[in-house]
Amino acid sequence: MITKSLKKRESELANVNRQLEILSNGIFKSGELPTFKDKISEIDQFPLKPRQLEILQINLGYMCNQVCEHCHVDAGPDRKEIMTKEIMEQCLKVIKSTAAHTLDLTGGAPEMNPNFRWFVEEAFKVGIKDIIVRSNLTIIRSNKKYYDLPEFFKKNNIHIVSSMPHWTRGKTDKQRGEGVFNKSIKALQELNAVGYGLPGSNLRLDLVYNPSGAFLPGDQTSMEKDFKKALLEDFNIQFHDLFAITNLPISRFLDYLIASENYEDYMYALVDAYNPEAVKNVMCTNTISISWEGWLYDCDFNQMLDLKVEGKVKHIKEYNEDLLQNRNIRVFQHCYGCTAGAGSSCQGSVI
Amino acid sequence: MSKTYYDPADLRKFGSITEWSEELGTKFFDYYGKVFEEGALTAREKSLIALAVSHVVKCPYCIDAYTKDGLQRGVTKEEMMEAVHVGAAIESGATLVHGVQMMNKYNKLSM
Repeated sequence: MITKSLKKRESELANVNRQLEILSNGIFKSGELPTFKDKISEIDQFPLKPRQLEILQINLGYMCNQVCEHCHVDAGPDRKEIMTKEIMEQCLKVIKSTAAHTLDLTGGAPEMNPNFRWFVEEAFKVGIKDIIVRSNLTIIRSNKKYYDLPEFFKKNNIHIVSSMPHWTRGKTDKQRGEGVFNKSIKALQELNAVGYGLPGSNLRLDLVYNPSGAFLPGDQTSMEKDFKKALLEDFNIQFHDLFAITNLPISRFLDYLIASENYEDYMYALVDAYNPEAVKNVMCTNTISISWEGWLYDCDFNQMLDLKVEGKVKHIKEYNEDLLQNRNIRVFQHCYGCTAGAGSSCQGSVI
Repeated sequence: MSKTYYDPADLRKFGSITEWSEELGTKFFDYYGKVFEEGALTAREKSLIALAVSHVVKCPYCIDAYTKDGLQRGVTKEEMMEAVHVGAAIESGATLVHGVQMMNKYNKLSM
């Protein structure tokens, strides 16, 4: 069980250049597998271009109360990178005039940012329609100061999206840490108690399923059926939708793939499962991702590889949606993770 | 030439058998794909049957493939091991039921 981030462990994979090197060498350099750029060129999708902007995804910081083995952010309690109020104010200026209807707050644990609640309330005041909070659930039970989060979420009609790798304790704790399952169950029950996730309720509670290992997610609809049945029967828990998300080969998941000697097989599996139909709906085509420092990216994964958006505008302080909407989206081999099977995004399958 | 009869990387090349006999290869893979679709049995149930049979026919490629397939479908390790035992029970039963043949022959030959 890991307890520290790659950065804290001073792992070579904490260096994004090393990750990019791994993703461009070996099976891709030898031509055994096609690069993502070559693959989408076959269907005239290179350069990949944005569609209508719908979502601003903001990473409020890399600090987290958990140290999940598959985390692509390399988040954890030892990460001190947190978005300042000043950057949040710059984000609010953008939110005021953006065409995007949804704010997707992520981290780390976004709730750990000291200005989290203020930011949520201000964002609604300046006119955003929906706010998603990617909550790891355990944060609600981790400290007294977070106990009232369910009420705060309810008051603001926040859409909660939470990770839950399996409906059994063993698999969940193996991926996310000892005791995470029990705390997550408790948190889900509390969210249900205030009305979240109930059939017909407008308080949306969706779960995210990430495979806990070197394999791809199965069919989202049948997984959802299994999750719903097990959580209801065993714990009387209800939720709305299940999003099946593929683990991308970056950061801690890449570290795991290499250490467990699964890297090549996993890349083969992703390339074999490449689905051209998924390409046009990948999330980078309707999302802009903003880092804790205000840098702009095509998606959260590019953010973690520090592949900033192409073009003149690279920071929230110089944000210009017209220019950004004309950019070319930066792609690399990790993008195969979003086009495998039924496709994968922060909203689950894309087809 | 590989020094072992089984190379895990060969599983990825399974589809290439079609190159040397396109018609039969294509027919096989079409059939194979159809068999595993949802039907009267769910795809999940079929995956567990395939895992049990993989052990009985002792196919390392199939064991790798259907363990991974099970994981993708959220099948638990307890379910997987029970399926393997079902295969093992049938296989050992198939051996033991021949004991009746042995007993018959024994009795026939003995005074």
